[in-house]
Amino acid sequence: MSEHRVAVAKTYKLYVGGAFPRSESGRSYPVTDHAGAFLANAAQASRKDARDAVVAARKAFPGWSAATAYNRGQVLYRVAEVLEGRREQFVSEVRAAEGAGADEAGALVDAAIDRWVWYAGWTDKIAAVLGSSNPVAGPYFSFSTPEPTGVVAVLAPQDSSLLGLVSVVAPVIVSGNTAVVVTSEERPLPAITLSEVLATSDLPGGVVNLLTGRTAELAPWLASHADVNALDLTGAPEEARTDLERAAAGTVKRVLRSPVTPEDWTREPGTARLRAHLEMKTVWHPTGV
Amino acid sequence: MVAPSTPSSAEAPGTPAPGPPPPALADAVRDDASLRRFLHGLPGVDQVGVEGRSAALATRSIKRASKMWAIDTAISMVDLTTLEGADTPGKVRTLAAKARRPDPDQPDVPRVAAVCVYPDVVAAAVDGLAGTGVGVASVATAFPSGRSSLQVKLADTRYAVEAGATEIDMVIDRGAFLTGRYGQVFDEIVQIKHACGDAHLKVILETGELATYDNVRRASWLALLAGGDFVKTSTGKVSPAATLPVTQVMLQAVRDWRDLTGELRGVKPAGGIRTTKDAVKHLVAVHEVAGPEWLTPRLFRFGASSLLNDLLMQRRTQLTGHYSGPDYVTVD
Repeated sequence: MSEHRVAVAKTYKLYVGGAFPRSESGRSYPVTDHAGAFLANAAQASRKDARDAVVAARKAFPGWSAATAYNRGQVLYRVAEVLEGRREQFVSEVRAAEGAGADEAGALVDAAIDRWVWYAGWTDKIAAVLGSSNPVAGPYFSFSTPEPTGVVAVLAPQDSSLLGLVSVVAPVIVSGNTAVVVTSEERPLPAITLSEVLATSDLPGGVVNLLTGRTAELAPWLASHADVNALDLTGAPEEARTDLERAAAGTVKRVLRSPVTPEDWTREPGTARLRAHLEMKTVWHPTGV
Repeated sequence: MVAPSTPSSAEAPGTPAPGPPPPALADAVRDDASLRRFLHGLPGVDQVGVEGRSAALATRSIKRASKMWAIDTAISMVDLTTLEGADTPGKVRTLAAKARRPDPDQPDVPRVAAVCVYPDVVAAAVDGLAGTGVGVASVATAFPSGRSSLQVKLADTRYAVEAGATEIDMVIDRGAFLTGRYGQVFDEIVQIKHACGDAHLKVILETGELATYDNVRRASWLALLAGGDFVKTSTGKVSPAATLPVTQVMLQAVRDWRDLTGELRGVKPAGGIRTTKDAVKHLVAVHEVAGPEWLTPRLFRFGASSLLNDLLMQRRTQLTGHYSGPDYVTVD
């Protein structure tokens, strides 16, 4: 055994449709830690990768949205279990990415896992809390029930590489949406590890698709894509937001705005993000004789 | 590439062919034995070569103006197909409306080549397409299995033609072909062609059941000798359906037929072509293998149903600059 082992330099890939493809463009970019030291190479997704991810998300939507709330809850809880098993790896990646101390990074990872569990518990409560039986002046039952919006493009926060990511992805898929996520540009490694977690838990392929690369390059294609139903602007560059909203309006997407200043992701999340990706369906049903 | 043995004397064929085969090939169809000798004398298909070439052709990337041209050409070559037990006259009329004007938002989209249906709903298709120039194709001859008596197959064909079909898609008897009864298959095609009258005859080989490329080549030549206007890969009911190598073997057959006789016959891959990318790969193969004169709906068709929507979405993407989605095309 030699004393100095040569480090294995990693080149990560994308996570699309449950598989780990290279970028169609063949590009990758170096990822550094907060101090500028090389960590690994990440795939630099192109617009065609984004298109493929949308196709995968659309394909996964019927199955995931039709799964019972109980089943979705079980699957998401299983994801949290696998997250917990990889805790040490996440802590070291969050430390490297965000420059946090060991305790602080540990607390962030714990918060992320807890948040995932918290959202997993919401699957079978959304309809009970947000749905309603409406009082109407006629011989009808009128019910309003929340339904998933469809394929949601998520621009993940740039600063908070794991807790922020979990806080924007989990509320999207809890209700049955499928997601195309553009990860933090400079801090993608926790997201890549999350994709490995998702691939090895019971989540069906295509429900979450993770693209690493340049947010400014990918976002316009997702914003204008006619088969994307909603857009979460959390990690969008400030100067691009107006154009993205305008492009999204062209195909009548739901757009989730969020403050440009970095959010405090450790705060209680509330249900705002859950509600942002739901459509209320109201049905009228004649009462029996 | 394919160089069939040139017969020494040109004799009239003994079969009731409506148009006798060209003199150069008359010997091949004289009797069962010579037909077998001819088909088995065809050079074998280089499997590695044809698959390698298909893979190489599939790497071509076509952009912008050429892509737009390819999309419009592919749309004009589509045989918009519905072959389901649940087909109704209403569904066929809907399909006919889509064939007339594939994308209602964009009147410059070309019409498709034909609508392909079962014989009993041909009348509805004829009704929906009157005066548009879009053909009405009908499958016949106990489609898709082809397992019935010749009388039934002929009656099936006449039924479709009388209802107004301008193109007949017949299936060959694969059982007879695979057991080596080439003469029976030949006679059947000849008689069906006769029953078609003015209608074009497409001969479905069902390549997924023929097992080898050599068989595909033999069946293609058999269909061409018997007078089929088109050779078509598949019914769409058997997997694998149309693949690029199989289409390529058939394109080689029609090219060699042209070289030998001067006649132009068509090729129709059907089943399994769902994306614009697949369609463009096929167009590239047509251009490279057969030649540019085959890039017309008269000589090359796509048998497809979901392909048209993908072509329309890609066309919109080219025009608008953003990706389109299935919410913006009609779902039939």
